[in-house]
Amino acid sequence: MNLRRDVFQAIADPSRRAILLLVASQSMTAGAIAANFNTARPTISKHLQILTECELLEQTQNGREVHYHINAQKMKEVADFIEPFRQMWDERFNKLESIMKNYPR
Amino acid sequence: MERKTTVHAEDGKQELTITREFDLPVELLFKAYTTPEIVEQWMGTKVIKLENQKHGSYQFETTDPKGNKHVFHGTIHEFSPNHQITRTFEMENTPFGVQLEFHAFERLTDSTSKLVMHVVYKSVTLRDQILQMPFDVGINMAHNRLQDIMNQQL
Repeated sequence: MNLRRDVFQAIADPSRRAILLLVASQSMTAGAIAANFNTARPTISKHLQILTECELLEQTQNGREVHYHINAQKMKEVADFIEPFRQMWDERFNKLESIMKNYPR
Repeated sequence: MERKTTVHAEDGKQELTITREFDLPVELLFKAYTTPEIVEQWMGTKVIKLENQKHGSYQFETTDPKGNKHVFHGTIHEFSPNHQITRTFEMENTPFGVQLEFHAFERLTDSTSKLVMHVVYKSVTLRDQILQMPFDVGINMAHNRLQDIMNQQL
């Protein structure tokens, strides 16, 4: 699935919130993150994929290892409670724009 | 992601401003606000009534995913084509009360325009509650979606 994921869907899940808290203090590999959970490794990988897709996490290649770390800018957006309201209007206006671009003048 | 829409809501104030620039001539932007079939498309609502004139009124009805109907209505106080719409807005059967909306339409170039929507609420508390609504809805929808996914897996 390569759909652009909704940030608020991502943080609605308790495991994903736990991952964000864990990685907030230091960047970690997928293995190190998974070691903190009783969940199966593929499930954690899926969570990491979702968090990366919605840009809450970023990956950096460190030799053979991939480290995950927090995208502070994106986290700030989420913490800002106005953001969902802004997104709602942004989506409406995007729709308005695309409808009117095809409107016969 | 390009940030075309900005929301300005100062702490402790009972108002906010939503600003957006469009790649559309101001005439088309205005038309999107005044043609019922077009309003229905971008607002995702049914237009029951839309009288584009001073002292005119409007009424919209939306149906949520659970099938509940929500009605919105208001009165138009100023209507100047391609320039300004001033109106009240109220969600029926909610504690939010009426809000006052100033929509300023501005021509930037022949093919671009700007909308400034200035909304005044009854109180600071009500404004903050309304600002947070999409967040609650978003979280609930995410929970429901997760629930659906979980149910499918069982």
